[in-house]
Amino acid sequence: MSATAQDIHDHHDHGPASGLMRWVTTTNHKDIGTLYLVFALVMLFVGGGMALVIRAELFQPGIQFVNPDFFNQMTTVHALIMVFGMIMPAFAGFANWMIPMMIGAPDMALPRLNNWSFWLLPFAGVMLLATFLMPGGAPAAGWTLYPPLSLQGGNSFPFTIFSIHLLGISSIMASINIIVTILNMRAPGMTLLKMPLFVWAWLITAYLLIGAMPVLAGGVTMLLTDQFFGTSFFNAAGGGDPVLFQHIFWFFGHPEVYIIILPAFGIVSQIIPTFSRKPLFGHESMVFATAAIGFLSYIVWAHHMFTVGMPLAGQLFFMMSTMLIAVPTGVKIFNWISTMWRGSLTFETPMLFAVGFLFMFTIGGFSGLMMAVAPVDFQYHDTYFIVAHFHYVLVPGALFAALGGAYYWLPKWTGHMYDETLGKVHFWLSTIFVNLLFFPQHFLGLAGMPRRIPDYAVQFADWNMWSSIGAFGFGFSQLLFVYVVIKCVRGGEKASSKVWDRPFGLEWTVPSPAPYHTFEKAPEIK
Amino acid sequence: MSLMRTLNYRVLAAAPMLLFLSVARADWQMNLPPGVTEISRRIYDLHMLVLWVCVVIGVIVFGAMAYALVAFRRKEGVKPATWDHSTTAEIVWTVIPVLILVAIAVPSARALVFIEDTRGADFSIKITGYQWKWNYEYLDEGVSFFSSLAEPSNEARQKNSGIDPGSVENYLLEVDQPLVLPAGVKIRYLLTSNDVNHAWWVQAFGVKRDAIPGYINEGWFQVDEPGTYRGQCAELCGKDHGFMPIVVEVLPKEDFEAWLAEQRAATAVAAVSHPTTAPAD
Repeated sequence: MSATAQDIHDHHDHGPASGLMRWVTTTNHKDIGTLYLVFALVMLFVGGGMALVIRAELFQPGIQFVNPDFFNQMTTVHALIMVFGMIMPAFAGFANWMIPMMIGAPDMALPRLNNWSFWLLPFAGVMLLATFLMPGGAPAAGWTLYPPLSLQGGNSFPFTIFSIHLLGISSIMASINIIVTILNMRAPGMTLLKMPLFVWAWLITAYLLIGAMPVLAGGVTMLLTDQFFGTSFFNAAGGGDPVLFQHIFWFFGHPEVYIIILPAFGIVSQIIPTFSRKPLFGHESMVFATAAIGFLSYIVWAHHMFTVGMPLAGQLFFMMSTMLIAVPTGVKIFNWISTMWRGSLTFETPMLFAVGFLFMFTIGGFSGLMMAVAPVDFQYHDTYFIVAHFHYVLVPGALFAALGGAYYWLPKWTGHMYDETLGKVHFWLSTIFVNLLFFPQHFLGLAGMPRRIPDYAVQFADWNMWSSIGAFGFGFSQLLFVYVVIKCVRGGEKASSKVWDRPFGLEWTVPSPAPYHTFEKAPEIK
Repeated sequence: MSLMRTLNYRVLAAAPMLLFLSVARADWQMNLPPGVTEISRRIYDLHMLVLWVCVVIGVIVFGAMAYALVAFRRKEGVKPATWDHSTTAEIVWTVIPVLILVAIAVPSARALVFIEDTRGADFSIKITGYQWKWNYEYLDEGVSFFSSLAEPSNEARQKNSGIDPGSVENYLLEVDQPLVLPAGVKIRYLLTSNDVNHAWWVQAFGVKRDAIPGYINEGWFQVDEPGTYRGQCAELCGKDHGFMPIVVEVLPKEDFEAWLAEQRAATAVAAVSHPTTAPAD
């Protein structure tokens, strides 16, 4: 007994190394979580800056700031950075920080792999961004990289693909780590169905990643060999099939959509019960709904391709399977509302972001249902209606969940309360501007404005102007978030271990800030 | 010649009308227009159906959310409930959405079957996408020509051209030579590309389909109302993707026949004198 205590004591003395090397060599899940989150925050502004270049050019008809080719580079790299460099690392950061603490594990199962999966990211990101300095500039064929257009890329082409490979390897390793951790390192008594929803969401997400990322890696490798090694996978003149790439890409791309949104569902499922002071409604049906969404995500991919000229039977299948997704997604929305029903609600910043998520993600869900209807999608496809749809689910959807999660766990991470007033101001500014930014894009798409164009017919001028104003407002509002985070890290009111009035979960049983090592001795779960 | 005069007359007569329409359409347009073909009208009806379904569900869901946010705020002495599931409720809100989806899926499938039925077409054209213009070929007629962005738009769209796009008529939606088609005829189109993927989209027809190298996609539409209809390439195809508009001039059948005869003659003459086809205005 005393020997065990001694071991634990020794271990405590072995705190973090000092200086820069702490971050380079760390295998601590909290340090790596922090690295992921900081990286994601930096990338939010890199990708956001590109979005502002796009919106500046679209502020008025005519071409004022950038030439069309550079505009295409902006749309392409903005998307790649935001998807692979910002939102996925942000959720990986939450996973690293919170999963061990939520299941009562001392760390991730594979700490060195964890270090490696983070440290691939900055190199992949730098390689992707470095393409701007190459002759011909960055990739400009859209993040979907459809051939033959993507094969017209210049020197940036192999670097983009290698960067995607690195990002994919990073994601796959992180997923393996998460699955192994969750399946093997839960505290005694933490049965699978007792796991918090965030852990469940990540377990399913990790499986989706392991299924989807290798498919993308294969697809882009085939692009690479088409370009440099004389193959003709996608080259019609050589007997290949350009549409095959679209199938491969979206077989990855649709699960990817849920890879982004499931962790957001998980975070919202943690926040809402806390501030409703009532347990999550339908915990088990939430788990099953998440699993159902995960399964369906693999059989709906061609709804991104209704206009390629699929056979009628194919269109009917993908239309109906896509519509089915509305059912488990609806279950989740109803369960969140029921969680609040007859609760005792307060609206601290995390709850504001969660409720904002609930409203605005649902708007994105409605436009998603509309697009599932194949004949109508002929009119929506490749217009600003689509742009509005996926930005609604990604920005006031996934990003708002991430921001809410950051406010929710910041006191646990730093030991200080953040500035509640500034947090609320940040929420309201973000909400007003994000709607000004994306809601008019529905109208633009329905009125007939195609996406990915640097200039437009004058009848689209008014809504574009509003959208651009919203974009700049939203972008600059995020600086306030950076200020709140820095202020919170530096000091502030001391946070208790519970932090909130009535939170649920193991992470609230350890002190704030969470010690460098937690749950070296597994907690007991009733 | 007399035909051209008739044409000009028609255009002149239609101009104020079009202008009025374009002003009415111009600013703050929010919804999908119904369009001018049976396909586009069916799509519009479906769009409105799904939109209203979403609005009704939205009112209920957002209403419940708003009610919860107001009614269940923390109050002194009110304890939160402790229940955390209700099998009945969960079954109800799984089954009802399924029924709603079936109600949407049935008319959608019908519309899809209608749209994909290219049988019985009277007339075929072949559309080929190029970076960054369209080629139109009247099959079996020996008539074919390219259609590119009109010069006034092209000048105004150059970076810092100093030309106000508002002063250019149909900015970015005008071509040097429009596709001319007959009214009241079921037209089958074959669609392919010479280089990268494009998509041929005319919103008023409810037609958007990808032009893919190595593939020949087909579809159909029938426009009953003569007029000028505009669209754009809808699939990213490189730097000038935003600058390859589509203009379709739909003429009464007799006028179209006359136009086609003139084109055939012009093509024959052009084939002798010089290789490009550039018919007189």
